[in-house]
This record gives sequence, structure tokens and C-alpha cells, in this order.
Amino acid sequence: MSQSYDRGTIEDFGRWKEFSAGMWAWIFHKFSGWVLIGYLFTHIAVLSTATQSGTMYTQTIRGLESLAVVRVLEVGLLAVAVFHILNGVRLLFVDLGVGLEAQDKSFYASLVVSAAIVVASVPTFLAGAF
Amino acid sequence: MAEHYSSFEYKGTRWFLQRITAVFLIGVLAFHFMLLHFVNHAAEVTFLGTQARMQQVGYFGTMIAFLVTATFHGVNGVYNALINQGLTGTRKQVVKWVLVVASGVLIAQGVRTALYMAGIIA
Repeated sequence: MSQSYDRGTIEDFGRWKEFSAGMWAWIFHKFSGWVLIGYLFTHIAVLSTATQSGTMYTQTIRGLESLAVVRVLEVGLLAVAVFHILNGVRLLFVDLGVGLEAQDKSFYASLVVSAAIVVASVPTFLAGAF
Repeated sequence: MAEHYSSFEYKGTRWFLQRITAVFLIGVLAFHFMLLHFVNHAAEVTFLGTQARMQQVGYFGTMIAFLVTATFHGVNGVYNALINQGLTGTRKQVVKWVLVVASGVLIAQGVRTALYMAGIIA
């Protein structure tokens, strides 16, 4: 038989110290989602320089990529994208009823694998930036 | 805890599309990052290189599908998050239509940019 219990409202961020792994997963997924949709609008705006001229497009991208802060922000973007993907896979399995008993462990696994991928990618992302 | 749990039951079109687009985006977002950061480094991107990729029909179609699904998935996610925060009534309707218009503008501008990149319009 199924059994449920009340964890309280997750939107009440003031009680964050009481949050469980699943609630943190929910918050991180929302946060990374907000970052990604914000980036999508910014990304299309930057790529739109292609409508002006090929030269402007190349210069804009190369100009941005020459800034160390942009390279560091790209590492941050990679971090939220990888976490959102891995936690999204976890959510799809939970939706299908697979692995719910281990949903806290799969959240921790998402964090560890995300961190490993990001750390391994840092040399590529920051090459020539400093 | 429940012995078996699944939320994979009918909950509406937007709920279903959010999952379908998620499955598609898992693959395409990973592909996009790999191609433009590891195969071709972002710092070495040129218009001619972008044009060569966008002139391949399969790549062009994938990028358009990427744009449309990412826009839906992202904007629908924002809408759901705001509803979770307690958005109701007239404000919910206003937010919904602002997001619909923003999505339409983003997709239109994205497709227009893709057509320039592919050299279809110049």
C-alpha cells in the first residue's frame, strides 16, 4: 500500500534547513532551468549578429570568447546544463516509477557526476583564456 | 514510502510534451556542447564554419528542432514554476500570454538567424 507524509511547502524557502535531498533536487532543477532559459534568450541575441554580416558575427563571438569572465561563465553554464540533464534523466526514471526508493542517492550521484564532468572540462573551456 | 510509484499517467498535453521534449533535449544539448566546445572550440568559431554546418540539411533541421523544443521546454518550465509559486487568476493569464509572445519572438528570431547562417537569406 502506498503511504505519504507531509514534508511541508517547498516554496517556503525560510525552512531550507529542514529540506530533504529530494527537495534540494527540486530547487537545483528549477534554478538550473531558470539559468538555461535565460541563457537561451541571450544566446539567440548574440547569434543574431549573423543577420548583420558574417564579419560582425565572427568578431562578436571571438570578442566574447577573448574575455576570461565569459570563459568562466561558460564553465558555470556547463555545470548547470550537465546537472539539469542528469537530474532530468533521474526525474524521467522517477516518473516511470523506476528507482524511487533510491531517489536521494540518484540526486547525490547527479551532483558527483556533474562535478566530475565540469572539472574534467575546465582545461578545454579555459584554454587560452588567461 | 510507496512500494511502487509512477506519475506517468495522463496529466495533460503540456505535462506530456515537457517529458517528450526533455528526452529529445538530453541528447541534443549534450551533442551541441560536445560539438561546439570539444570538437570545434567556441573561441575558434567563424561565420564560414557556422555556415558550413548550417548548410547540411540534417544539422539545420536538428538546430531548428533544438530551438523549438528548448523554447517550449524552458518557457513551459518557467510557467509551471510560477504556478507552483501560487500564480492564479488574471495574473496567470497575463503571464501565460507574455510567455507565449516571448516564445514566438524567440523562435521567429532564431529561425531568421538560422536562415542567414545557412545563406538561404542574405
